[in-house]
Amino acid sequence: MSAFFSYLVGGVALGSGFALIGSGLVMVHCVTRVVNLSQGMYAVVAGLSAATFFGMGAPHGVAELAAIGVAAGVGFLTGLVAMAGRATTPQSSLIITFGLAIFAYAAESLLWGDQPRSFPGLPGAIEVADVRIQKQSLLVIASTAVIFAMLHLFLERTYVGKKLRACSSNPYAARVVGIDVKRMGLLAFGLGGFLGGVAGVLLGPLRPISFDSDLTLVIDGFAAAILGGLARPLMALLGGLLLGVAESMVAGYAKASYQTEVALVLMLAIMVGQRARLATIHAEAS
Amino acid sequence: MNAILEVKDLVVRYDAATALDRVSLTVGRGEMVALIGPNGAGKSTLVDALSGIVRPASGHISVRGRFAHVPEGRQLFPDLTVDDNLLLGACRSGDRDPSWIYALLPDLAGIRRRRADSLSGGQQQMVAVGRALMARPEVLAIDELSLGLAPIVVAALSDRLASLHRTEGLAVLLIEQNARLALDLCSRAYVLEAGRIVSEGPSAQLARSAAVANAYLGGGVALGT
Repeated sequence: MSAFFSYLVGGVALGSGFALIGSGLVMVHCVTRVVNLSQGMYAVVAGLSAATFFGMGAPHGVAELAAIGVAAGVGFLTGLVAMAGRATTPQSSLIITFGLAIFAYAAESLLWGDQPRSFPGLPGAIEVADVRIQKQSLLVIASTAVIFAMLHLFLERTYVGKKLRACSSNPYAARVVGIDVKRMGLLAFGLGGFLGGVAGVLLGPLRPISFDSDLTLVIDGFAAAILGGLARPLMALLGGLLLGVAESMVAGYAKASYQTEVALVLMLAIMVGQRARLATIHAEAS
Repeated sequence: MNAILEVKDLVVRYDAATALDRVSLTVGRGEMVALIGPNGAGKSTLVDALSGIVRPASGHISVRGRFAHVPEGRQLFPDLTVDDNLLLGACRSGDRDPSWIYALLPDLAGIRRRRADSLSGGQQQMVAVGRALMARPEVLAIDELSLGLAPIVVAALSDRLASLHRTEGLAVLLIEQNARLALDLCSRAYVLEAGRIVSEGPSAQLARSAAVANAYLGGGVALGT
């Protein structure tokens, strides 16, 4: 039983990271209709940057925040490139983000080499009813809860957040009232970079990050995000947690190398389920 | 004329199709002008060009004051509340206090926390007009004010607009398929057909012309009777 709880907490922590990456995908998709395939790259850039900043002697807090800042900047730059043309369609932008993710492989292996890197997180563990829980896992869970609460308040209560929701809700009307839709798109990409960056610095101490970690991260993030149809950040949180726990259980009770397959199967099942539901709704409507 | 809105020889093309072909019109300060015409004449394209949403191929648009636009089909933010819809209308003006809109359109005050997609067509049109007014416009373009609304709702909205025109000197460009309403409300009108202005003049004079009466007023019915 104690193994089960240990896997559960580990899974929730892992799923929190997926949820952060997934919510970044959701933010960008809602505002720009672009599926940002470079979303996993932000976590990699943040994780590797944090390792470098620690290597340079930066203290905890400073290194992580600086690394998140770098990821947010990279997110903003991705948006700048992906939406550069006036008539660039979301489909073209998707291909551009894919190209950027491939380009990032080269840039990252040039800057950081091809070996996985890790950095220290919160050391130690606590014991609750015979279950040993890493403090870093608790930090990941608590930080994710705070980030999602802040994201919710930002979108619901601030004027900029409402402008972002307006672009998501009706881009044409957003332009009619004078919202700079392109600027909001860039902000969404920056926010996506920030959320991916947070995931990177939180997960880095739990699992080493290398230049090619972005593929599994973006698959996991995407699987988390499609639970809400790439449209609702809070559903991405739920999706991420479900996926994290599922992967953790599979790794614990079966085989760790099946983790990505679990994400893919879950993603497929959700997409097939949603498609069937849509078909039913259409059939009933007609 | 002291025009607040001036369009000269405007041409808009969608690929090979010409949506607007050398369209010229003016709206004076504090004037109410109607633009009537059948479906597909290019009326909405003209308003989109005025808003900067559509790029003209050639021609000149001059807006000498704050401009706001009520688009066809209301185009609200469906999953946002009435309050938030109104607030977002203030992007250009920066004046985010909607209390004067609730005083002007009291029907909205009771539903300010409801989502826009849960409202009736008339309520949605009121929100659309209120949202545009939040920009504190000096000239307001309204695309199909009456479309799909009960006559009593149209009358109420028209009254509010006419009173804003009288008290605040709001200039209005009313784009309508309902020519009778447009000619009743506005002092001057343009007729747009297949992307071209085919006639223009004082509303009363246009309403008397056989071509306009036959095409848009159900055949020779005199205005205001």
